[in-house]
Amino acid sequence: MENFIQLTISGIASGAILALVALGFVLIFKSSDVINFAQGEFLMVGGYMTYVMLAWVGLPWFIGVPIAILLSAAIGVAIEQGILRHMIGEPIISVIMVTVGVSILLRAILGLIFGNAPLAFPDFVPNYPVNVLGARVGVDKLLAILFSLLLFGALTIFFRRSSEGIAMRAVADDQQAAMSMGISIKKVWAVAWAIAGMTAAVGGTLLAAIIGGVGLDIAHIGLIVFPVVILGGLDSIPGAVVGGLVVGLLQSYAGGYLPPQLGLSEVAPFVVLVLILLVKPYGLFGTTRIERV
Amino acid sequence: MQSGVFHTNYAKDMQLRPTWVMRARLVLLIAFLVIFPFVASVYWLNLANQIMLFSITAVGLNLLIGFTGQISIGHAAFVALGAYTAALLSTRLNIPFPLDVPFAMIVAGLVGLIFGLPSARLKGLYLAIATLAAQEIVLWFLKHLDLFVPNVGESISLVPTWAHEQFLSTRARADFNYYWVILFFLSLVVIFSVNLVRSRVGRAFVAVRDQDIAAQVIGVDVNRTKLIAFMVSSMIAGLSGALIAHYRGIVNWERFTVDTSVAVLSMLIIGGLGRVSGSIYGAIFVTVLPALLTQFGLLFRDILPDVNRIIPYVQQGAFGLAIIFFLIKEPEGIAKMWKDVKDYFRLWPFSY
Repeated sequence: MENFIQLTISGIASGAILALVALGFVLIFKSSDVINFAQGEFLMVGGYMTYVMLAWVGLPWFIGVPIAILLSAAIGVAIEQGILRHMIGEPIISVIMVTVGVSILLRAILGLIFGNAPLAFPDFVPNYPVNVLGARVGVDKLLAILFSLLLFGALTIFFRRSSEGIAMRAVADDQQAAMSMGISIKKVWAVAWAIAGMTAAVGGTLLAAIIGGVGLDIAHIGLIVFPVVILGGLDSIPGAVVGGLVVGLLQSYAGGYLPPQLGLSEVAPFVVLVLILLVKPYGLFGTTRIERV
Repeated sequence: MQSGVFHTNYAKDMQLRPTWVMRARLVLLIAFLVIFPFVASVYWLNLANQIMLFSITAVGLNLLIGFTGQISIGHAAFVALGAYTAALLSTRLNIPFPLDVPFAMIVAGLVGLIFGLPSARLKGLYLAIATLAAQEIVLWFLKHLDLFVPNVGESISLVPTWAHEQFLSTRARADFNYYWVILFFLSLVVIFSVNLVRSRVGRAFVAVRDQDIAAQVIGVDVNRTKLIAFMVSSMIAGLSGALIAHYRGIVNWERFTVDTSVAVLSMLIIGGLGRVSGSIYGAIFVTVLPALLTQFGLLFRDILPDVNRIIPYVQQGAFGLAIIFFLIKEPEGIAKMWKDVKDYFRLWPFSY
């Protein structure tokens, strides 16, 4: 039982981080039909930004982390304006490959600056164990869940109440109609990439805090994001959250209960992905598009 | 100056190289390929072998992506299957070198067929993600191969083949021998592909890519065509995998990750999608670029002491930049650039 609770909480914690990454991914896809293969690298950039702000500049975390998040958002917007803007109307393979190019470039730049070895992350997040229902759980995991919840809440209010959020939903619903209502699609795209950069920065910081170090291999989470978004539906924000939690728990249980030498926690999400694609390609909450294949 | 194409019979119309200029270029190319291994250093010979191995995979993937329009981000998995099949057959069953190649192709082709099945239901993006999952699943299988095949370690070392042995295998001689072996298979693949895309099947590929509904209306079996494309392209990947296994003498799953798939994809993008020659230009570009950067970087060894640390990242960055640059500036790749150059000279001085 204790083991179960530990696995569940660490599954929810990594699921919450996955959901944050998936959220940025889904926002970009919803507003501009771009599949962002660099989402994992965004996470990595966010982690390193926080590292620079705290360890190099020496800011306290409540100033440094917000600055890192804003900088990551700016990088997201810069990539959209500088690169993705040229790819409007190009075939899918080109759009996929340009984001792959961006991911390779980001990894190279960060590797050049910070080197290959992981760097010890400043431990501004407390990580002493606490007692939850009789199981000892690191408080950093609970904080990761809490911060993710807060961010989801803030984004929900943003989409419901603010005019930018409503404009984004309008564009996702029907681009042409939104344009004729005077909504600037270019601005919506920029906001989508900014939010993707932000959520990835939060996710990257939380992940680095849990692992205790920031390294280039953080970007590997960018691949796990695909099972998450396919499970939830490529264009569904609730789907990203549910998918993230399901995949996080799946990985945690597969790693905890099944023999570790099988390495099933790595492959299980992809098996689920293939099954979902065969049975229900548009995911649990995605919009079903009727088209001939 | 050439003013148009005036063919008077069908045989002439079907010629791959109708003009004497094209034939002259082909003769020059063959002469270059024959002379090259005798004059090149071991380093360049090794590089040429890598280029040709990548070219085989890229030409095969181009049939799938460039001609049939089905995106696969997991092609390195099929190369890996070919490599592991060849490795297991030659180490466990002692099958001599060229005879295990067809088996490697069959295994890769069949698995490719299975992972092509979702293409009957999925299109575009979703198919791309399905192939990505296929890559991860195949890679997991190969990582944990010891669950299925007894006593397989992290990597399999192959028995040196006749191509290694003939000259008592100093590395230079192995490279020299394999140059001819790989060149032979690459030529086969290129001739096969060039002719396939102008056959009935190849035209069906292009029809499915350009407008699948219209293709179905004129009587193309869309699903069957997609599956043929998946199988042919995975078989070619398996062929290159088997050659890689024997050439390197060791097989390890780490060589066949998503990064490798992406490298092959970038060759198609940089070289030019939908042109057989483009895949080869791309393979040359992607392989030679890091080599040149290394040579260039070593010039600064005295000024910058930690140049060895920087070079891998500069290579990686240049690779990423090249992908972005080509997609934005010349989406049709080097093949289009080369065609523009040819057109310029063909039409000179009346370029309008």
